[in-house]
Amino acid sequence: MAQRKAFRWHIMVFLAPAVLVYTAIMIVPLFGTLNLSLFNTTEEGRVFVGLKNFATLFGDPRWSERFWNALGNNAWFFLVHMLVQNPVGVALAALLSSPRLRGAAFYRTAIFIPTILSFVIVGFVWKLILSPIWGIAPGMLDAVGLKGLFAPWLGREGSALTTLALISVWQFVGIPMMLIYAALLSIPDEVIEAAEMDGVTGWSQFWKIKLPLILPSIGIISILTFVGNFNAFDLIYVTQGALAGPNFSTDILGTFLYRTFFGFQLQIGDPHMGATIATAMFGIILLGVSLYLFTVHRRLRRYQF
Amino acid sequence: MTKTIRLALLASTMLGTAAWAEDVTLTVESWRNDDLAIWKDKIIPAFEAANPGIKINFAPSAPPEYNAVLNSKLDAGSAGDLITCRPFDASLELFKKGKLADLTDLAAMANFSDVAKSAWQTDDGKQTFCVPMASVIHGFIYNKNAFAELGLEPPKTEAEFFALLDKIKEDGTYIPMAMGTTDQWEAATMGYQNIGPNYWKGEEGRKALLAGTQKLTDEAWVAPFRQLAKWKDYLGDGFEAQTYPDSQNLFTLGRAAIYPAGSWEIGVFGPQIGGAFEMGAFPPPVPAEGDKCYISDHTDIGLGLNAATKHPEEARKFLEWVGSPEFAELYANALPGFFSLNSTPVEMQDPLAKEFVSWRQNCEPTIRSTYQILSRGTPNLENETWTASANVITGAETPEAAAERLQKGLASWYEPQQK
Repeated sequence: MAQRKAFRWHIMVFLAPAVLVYTAIMIVPLFGTLNLSLFNTTEEGRVFVGLKNFATLFGDPRWSERFWNALGNNAWFFLVHMLVQNPVGVALAALLSSPRLRGAAFYRTAIFIPTILSFVIVGFVWKLILSPIWGIAPGMLDAVGLKGLFAPWLGREGSALTTLALISVWQFVGIPMMLIYAALLSIPDEVIEAAEMDGVTGWSQFWKIKLPLILPSIGIISILTFVGNFNAFDLIYVTQGALAGPNFSTDILGTFLYRTFFGFQLQIGDPHMGATIATAMFGIILLGVSLYLFTVHRRLRRYQF
Repeated sequence: MTKTIRLALLASTMLGTAAWAEDVTLTVESWRNDDLAIWKDKIIPAFEAANPGIKINFAPSAPPEYNAVLNSKLDAGSAGDLITCRPFDASLELFKKGKLADLTDLAAMANFSDVAKSAWQTDDGKQTFCVPMASVIHGFIYNKNAFAELGLEPPKTEAEFFALLDKIKEDGTYIPMAMGTTDQWEAATMGYQNIGPNYWKGEEGRKALLAGTQKLTDEAWVAPFRQLAKWKDYLGDGFEAQTYPDSQNLFTLGRAAIYPAGSWEIGVFGPQIGGAFEMGAFPPPVPAEGDKCYISDHTDIGLGLNAATKHPEEARKFLEWVGSPEFAELYANALPGFFSLNSTPVEMQDPLAKEFVSWRQNCEPTIRSTYQILSRGTPNLENETWTASANVITGAETPEAAAERLQKGLASWYEPQQK
C-alpha cells in the first residue's frame, strides 16, 4: 500500500518571498498594462474598445509610420550591438585569458568600469566629447591630421543612431567580456592540454576547442543584448531628448513609448496608446526570446567535464 | 540622489511641522528651475514677512519633464499645493479633469485684462483657473560691441537682416547667429514663432487658422519656413549637434553676434556676460519697409491651485498676493524678461527688458500660433512644428514639404481645417 507523500510545505515557504515580490512588482503591473491597452477614454469616461488601439497603432499611417520607424531603428541598434559589442567582447576575453598578457587585471577593470557608470553620465560625457563647439573629438582628430573626418555626428540624420549605438557598445562591452572570460577560465586545463598533445594550438585551438565550449555563454549574451536593446531608452533620452532627433532618426521603441505614455511638451500623455505600444514591445521581446529558446538554445550542445 | 534629498526634505518638513505645528507649508510646483534663487531670496521672504504662519516651498523640476512629472504627481496625489500653469491646453486639460481648482472668484482676477487671462480660461471664457504671472516676448538679442566694431546697425527689414548677416559672415570674427537644431524647440520657438507673426499678421492669421479660413500651406505660413531655410548658412560649424545651452554660451562668451531669443534670456545672460560686452535687441524684421510689425508676446506662466490641496485657504491667500501689483513689481524686476500681465503698469530697471517691452507700443502682439486649441489632438501641432522647423534649417525637408506635412497632420483631427 503506497502511502501518499506528505505535502512538502517548506518548498512553498522558500519560494514565497520571491514569488510574492515578483508578482507584486512585475506580473501584476504587466497584466495591468496589457489590460490598459484594451481601453480608451471617450466622453463617457473609460470604455472597453477591444483591439481598436492596436488597429490605430498599425493601421493609422501616422501612428504606424512612427512605430515602424522606431522598430527599424531599434533593429539597427541591436544589429550594431551584435556585430560590434559581442565580437569585441569575445576578442577581449580571449586576449585577457591569454597567460602571457601582463596587467590583465588592469585592463579587465578599465574595460569594465564604464558598465557601472550611469547612462546619464555616459550620455553627457559623450555628448561633450563629440560636441563640435567644445568637444575634444575635433581637436584630437586635428592633432593626427584627420580634421576633415569630423562631423557633428550626433546631429546628422544619417549617423546619429549608429553613433549612439557605438556609445552604448563602448559602455557595455565589459559585460560580454566578463561572461566570456569566466567561461574561458572554466575550461579545464586537461582539455587544453589534450588539444596541445594533438597539435591543436593558437588560432585553431580557439576556433576548434574554446569557441564551441563558450557558445552557450554567447547565446545567453545575445539574448541579454536583445532584451536590453529593445527596452533601451535612457541613452537616447539623455542625449537626444524625448523627440529623438534629428527628425526621429534615433527614435526607438522606448522613446516612442515615453512620448506617448507620459506626453511631451504640449502633447498630453495618452496612457492607453502608451500601454498599446508597451504591449507591442512586450510581444516583440517575447517573440524574440521564444524564437531563440526554441530554435537556438535547445540545439546548443553542452559539455560535461 | 534626488530621492535622498527628497527624503531628507520630507524628514526635515516633518520635524519642522512637529516643532512649529501652527505653520502651514505650501509647495509650489514649477518648471522654472532657473528661478530657484529668486524665489528663495526675494519672493518667498517678501510673502512670508507679510503672512506669518505660511511657509512657501518652491520645488521646480526640469522644463522638458515638467508636464509629464506634474501629470503623474497629480494622478498619484503627491503634487504640491500650488501648480505653475503652462498656458492653454496643458492646463485646461488639468482643469477639466478636476485637478486644478476654479479661481474665477479670486479678487485679484480683477487686476488682469481678458487677453492676459485667456491662456487660462475655458473656451467660453467663463471660468479662470490660474492667476496670470508673466509673458515673454520674442526678438533678437545682439552683441552691441560686435556691431560697433563692424559698423553695423540693427536691421529693420528682412533684406537688411540678411545683408547684415552676410557682412558678419564675411568679416569672420563672429559667428553670425547662435542657434542649433539638436534640441529642435530652439528652431521652432526662437525661429518659426519669432519671425512668423510678421508674415501671418499676428492675431489675424492665428484666428484665421483656428477658424479654418487659412491653411498652413498658405504663403503666410510657408514664408517663415523659407526664411529659416536661409538661416543655415549663418549658423556656427556643426550647428546640427549644437544644443540650447551651447547656443547660449556661444553668445554670452562673445563668439556669436546675434542670438534669436526669447526675453526670458535677459535675466540669464546679464550675469553670465558680466559686463564683458553690452547687449541690445531688435524686433523680428518685417518683410518690406513700412510693413506693420507683429511680435510674439506670449502669455507663458500662471499659477493655479491644486484642487486636492489640504490648505486651500492659505493657498488662496498666496494666489491673491501673486495677483497683486506688489508681486508684479517684485517679479518683473527680479526676473527681467518676464513681463507682468498685471493691468497696473510696472516700472522696470533693466534697459534690455525695457527695450523689449517698448515694442508693444508700435507692434501688434500675438501669442504663439500653435498653443491655443491647435495642439489638442494627435499629431500635436506644436511638437510637429519643432521637428519641421529643425528639418527646414538642416535642409532635411523643404519649406513646402514641411508645411504640407503640418497641414495634413492638423487636418487629420481638427475639423475646421478639414473643409
